[in-house]
Amino acid sequence: MTLAPPLEARGLRKRYGDTHALDGFDLTVAAGSVHALLGPNGAGKSTAVHTLATLTRIDEGEARVAGFDVATQHAQVRAAIGLVGQSAALDEILHGRENLVMFARLHGLGTFAARTRADELLEALDLADAADRKVSTYSGGMRRRLDIAAGLITRPAVLFLDEPTTGLDPRGRADVWDAVRRVVALGTTVLLTTQYLDEADRLADRITVMDAGRVIAEGTPAELKSRLGGDRVLVVLPTATGSAAAKVAVAAAVSGEVRLDEERAEIVVEAGAEGGTAALLAVVRALDAAGITPTQVQLREPTLDEVFLHLTDRPTTTDRTATADGGHR
Amino acid sequence: MNTTSALRQSWIIMLRDLKHWQREPWTPLFGIAFTIMLLLVFGYLLGGSIELPGGGDYLSYLMPGMFALAMMFGLEGTMTAIANDSKKGVTHRFRSLPISSVAVPLGRAGADLANSTVELLVLMAGGLLIGWRAGGSWSESLLAVGLLLWLRFALLWLGIFLGLVLRGEGGVMAVQILVWPIGFLSSVFVSPQDMPAWLGFLAQWNPVSATAAACRELFGNPAGITDGILADHPVAVALVWPLVLAAVFVPLSARAYRRLSV
Repeated sequence: MTLAPPLEARGLRKRYGDTHALDGFDLTVAAGSVHALLGPNGAGKSTAVHTLATLTRIDEGEARVAGFDVATQHAQVRAAIGLVGQSAALDEILHGRENLVMFARLHGLGTFAARTRADELLEALDLADAADRKVSTYSGGMRRRLDIAAGLITRPAVLFLDEPTTGLDPRGRADVWDAVRRVVALGTTVLLTTQYLDEADRLADRITVMDAGRVIAEGTPAELKSRLGGDRVLVVLPTATGSAAAKVAVAAAVSGEVRLDEERAEIVVEAGAEGGTAALLAVVRALDAAGITPTQVQLREPTLDEVFLHLTDRPTTTDRTATADGGHR
Repeated sequence: MNTTSALRQSWIIMLRDLKHWQREPWTPLFGIAFTIMLLLVFGYLLGGSIELPGGGDYLSYLMPGMFALAMMFGLEGTMTAIANDSKKGVTHRFRSLPISSVAVPLGRAGADLANSTVELLVLMAGGLLIGWRAGGSWSESLLAVGLLLWLRFALLWLGIFLGLVLRGEGGVMAVQILVWPIGFLSSVFVSPQDMPAWLGFLAQWNPVSATAAACRELFGNPAGITDGILADHPVAVALVWPLVLAAVFVPLSARAYRRLSV
């Protein structure tokens, strides 16, 4: 038993041509926790996971997984981890159970042990009812869960989940979230990457926010949310005309930062230390006093785009449409 | 990676490939139906008008050629299966597992050999029904079947290699078309001695011709050729040709599999 954290990285650098996929990346993940790497496309999340899983060589820096050096102890690292990629690595024609039995046997388990392990995992990931159906009949969420089960065959100390809910419908996302909680309950440490702040918030014990291959913020979801300006009050105005005046009125009433999107006639207010409800009331009072009737006022969590705006004072590096809708609500 | 575990892994992959056919049996069934159709077309439609050098019944000459041709055409199925598989997610998992890089190709080889054995038995039964007879001894007939599967085994690796290298639709289609002229440019349907000299020369050196000639000798069927190495030592050539093909394409396939990027 090692007391060292199951995942530790210091100053990782990885370059592809002129692009710095990782540019001095640091990470420490505590045993038995869920850690989220949060960032937009191209932030270096997948590269970070691939280097820790020994699929990609690092140019500089050092990393240890389950106590093994990723640069020199490939075999030991690979034996200690499970990796679930962005697309399901499953045999579509075989049944769910047959997939797990086959992978378990290829991992070296005997026929009986492979069957037992497959049944345990099907049970643990709530797939027992679908065990004897072809994978081609599975929903996206079921495939992802079977994929996670396949990653758990060897009882890895660390499970990497690369964007586990990308492309899933809300039901599938909820199923996968539930599956991740079950995995952690089994004692596995989980590192997951995500573009969705709410996903990191719901699942992770700690979140590392990445941008351009670097860590730009790190902490528990609560710490990060308060540091990132807390919840947001969204005000939608009937027209862009007079929106500047409305912004001035609102800004005078609250302590947090106020941003105006003229094109959409929207004002977004950072609730800050005073808290969401207090900010919401202050905003409504200020608008009322100024004689402005908005079409909509709501309190919501910050989107990834707003987090990045706050941290870097610029929108996410991807195109705004990908993140502006939050993609995840 | 030791040999025992590599063989065990290949066995597991082979069972998986066979299970695919059990779930979706149309591919192998269609393959067998197609070979029977070819047999009927050539045996009955065209067979009557062909005279053999050295004499003999055309159907008896044709059957061993059909067996060899079926073994060659099998490479197309191998190639398609490998090309399709390599594009799917499961290949990603196979490559990330701690298994030998020959396990997936070797598993495919095992499944395809099993399939070809069944196909061969069906073809031979069909041949017996329409009047073909194996005149040699039991051991000679068994050796002939062994040589046919040996050819299939060697060409399989060519199929695996092509499937891994030409993964696009275009490449696979090109090979599916090319197997026709290459299969026909052999002693399967017509004696090379009846062809223009240069074509006959190429046809004699086709590995399919060597296996066909060896089977004709072992089954006691008309040889269709009266001189040259295939007339004198057909069994030896039918042993060596596949050996050469396998020696080239087994390592090439293993390398192509390792280099596969999914």
